[in-house]
Amino acid sequence: MMSPTARLVVRRLNQRNQALAPFFTSTKSFATEASFETRPFKLHKLEEGPKTSVTVTRDEALKYYKQMLTIRRIETASGNLYKEKIIRGFCHLYSGQEACAVGMKAAMKPADAIISAYRIHGWTYLMGVPPLGVLAELTGRKSGCARGKGGSMHMYAPHFFGGNGIVGAQVPLGVGVAFASKYRGDDNVCFALYGDGAANQGQIFEVYNMAKLWNVPCIFVCENNGYGMGTSAERAAASTTYYTRGDYVPGIWVDGMDILAVREASRFAIEYCTSGKGPLVMETATYRYSGHSMSDPGTSYRTRDEIQEVRQNRDPIASFKEKIISTDLASADELKAIDAEVKKEVDEATRKAKSDSEIPMEELPADIYAAPLEEEVRNVAPWEPLRHKRIGSAVNLN
Amino acid sequence: MFARHAVSARAIHFVYQPDTAKPPVSGETSKQNMFMAINSAIHSALEKDDSAIIFGEDVAFGGVFRCTLGLKDKFGADRVFNTPLCEQGIAGFGIGAAAAGATAIAEMQFADYMFPAFDQIVNEAAKYRYRSGGLFECGKLTIRSPCSAVGHGAVYHSQSPEAYFAHTPGLKVVVPRGPIAAKGLLLSCIRDPDPCIFLEPKVLYRTAEEMVPKTEYTIPLGKAQVLAPGNQVTLIGWGTQVHVLLEVAKMAKEQLKVSCEVIDLQTILPWDKDTVCQSVKKTGRVIVAHEAPLTCGFGAELAATIQQECFLNLEAPVTRVTGFDTPFPHIFEPFYLPTKWRCLEAVKKIVNF
Repeated sequence: MMSPTARLVVRRLNQRNQALAPFFTSTKSFATEASFETRPFKLHKLEEGPKTSVTVTRDEALKYYKQMLTIRRIETASGNLYKEKIIRGFCHLYSGQEACAVGMKAAMKPADAIISAYRIHGWTYLMGVPPLGVLAELTGRKSGCARGKGGSMHMYAPHFFGGNGIVGAQVPLGVGVAFASKYRGDDNVCFALYGDGAANQGQIFEVYNMAKLWNVPCIFVCENNGYGMGTSAERAAASTTYYTRGDYVPGIWVDGMDILAVREASRFAIEYCTSGKGPLVMETATYRYSGHSMSDPGTSYRTRDEIQEVRQNRDPIASFKEKIISTDLASADELKAIDAEVKKEVDEATRKAKSDSEIPMEELPADIYAAPLEEEVRNVAPWEPLRHKRIGSAVNLN
Repeated sequence: MFARHAVSARAIHFVYQPDTAKPPVSGETSKQNMFMAINSAIHSALEKDDSAIIFGEDVAFGGVFRCTLGLKDKFGADRVFNTPLCEQGIAGFGIGAAAAGATAIAEMQFADYMFPAFDQIVNEAAKYRYRSGGLFECGKLTIRSPCSAVGHGAVYHSQSPEAYFAHTPGLKVVVPRGPIAAKGLLLSCIRDPDPCIFLEPKVLYRTAEEMVPKTEYTIPLGKAQVLAPGNQVTLIGWGTQVHVLLEVAKMAKEQLKVSCEVIDLQTILPWDKDTVCQSVKKTGRVIVAHEAPLTCGFGAELAATIQQECFLNLEAPVTRVTGFDTPFPHIFEPFYLPTKWRCLEAVKKIVNF
């Protein structure tokens, strides 16, 4: 299943292995890096795009593989916890779209920011929250990254300005965040993510305009998974070439099932934005295996065959694994060991997320105001008022 | 769009009652109207805080009401700038900038135009801290906007939307009654660690003149002010309506021999229950007056709380004198507003209940 254009780079570890031979029990040698050809990028109002020839080192490949796999495992665990009725309410799974987040993260500088919508369990993990922080947030327990107060759609971490439950509402914030970088002159960008459904929200066009007018270093990312809730992109959008919908904002279409293509496009986008040219739209063509949320089986508006076809032929993890093995970046056994390690970690986190306690009732009225002027918040009974309080200081203003 | 022209004296339904009490700070004062006082507050904010920015429709040119006059020349086009006409975008942009550490002052050209930004204000700004469990906040955001009746504003340039925002925990909502209050309250909002909505009664921009301290000062949020002491009826208002009520108190004293206590609520959310309830416990009668419609106007919240907290002290039902439950009318504006005559009638009724 390996891409016919993938090429092995024949720089091997032989020499190093010989030198280190006394310390190695295995004599197996691996490639230190490999190059691949991505599917062509489509460009909008750009003379030059990202390179289609991409190189990945062995360490990078293993890291990306592990990250994608962890996200997949977290989502599988989330789906199961939901079916067990331990996660309640809303829950949107990212399975199938892992290459988008991992690819962008791989290109981001440490202080680059990101803001996204409600399919963000994977992003939360990538931005530094361990699986327990994600899963316990989903189960509403105190080890959750927002201590159970946010739930599935509201997770945060340094430089991760959050998930958001209002379709499209995060995008203007992303432009404001990016503007702050420009104002400070700190060379950082903000990735503002939204889906193909949200792409039809008016406010996105408002901020395309503002971002381009002021050349704000914002990368608008349309993760096109083909369906806005239960409506296919074609049935909802007069134009489904989302990378062109910024009109005067240049755009790139990228194969969102290929982590290396996403990484390359993101690198290009960061370079473009930080060189003062202003915003860019990046469409990542991807696919979600699950329904829109847990209440949507995801099979009434598309066929099971369609989902199966993507799983078999375009799965971002399976295809990357194939690339790793066929270019000798790592062995199947090594990857299997990573699988086992990830499974163990997520299983352990799942157990803890189930047994962890909830935050006490006194946090119900916490963190509404910075310094509450009214100490008490009304409760159902007047003789049992709730005390307004602060839990900790914000991470974004330090 | 709203053509800027001076409000003719004929169109004004109230007599402005300048603040003559001791100013919040000592020192030199100068005669300023409300747009100048607001300008001076923003000036202080920009001068003392490098991260402070102000933006909105036509803001770089001074804004339609001149509140940002001269600020671009003084502080530069990167800090004082025009936005496109897109309120939702302005609000979201402001929240993002504030979340990234800027002191963001957004101007919405009219409070009537805030509704496209309602989602951003209510869902994003107000809940950022709560929904992140305290990890993220955008308290450095202040949204300023001209509000309320102006004599000829008609449907979309006259509304008083304070009650919509007062329904949202996480926001602070403030309405000044004149230049001295506006300067101190606006600076408090800008420096407050919560997102604030600052509604400026536009009829006061030019008509309201006071001797405003030249130096900067703040006035605490969440505190009402008793402007005229009295012991028979409590009159509560905010913004322009305060001046109507001050006149009503004088009329009640002269014509009815009734002593009224006038309270300017100043901060709508969170509002000062202590000052209000202390007054009501003394007077036993209370009239709330506001320009916004009756149903679910902020007077409803005051009435509900007062009857719960002061039930045994009340001598008469809490009375509301407000705009009617209609869209804000153009030619009927004089009949729509809670004028001194309607308020005085309410005083008569409440003392004879």
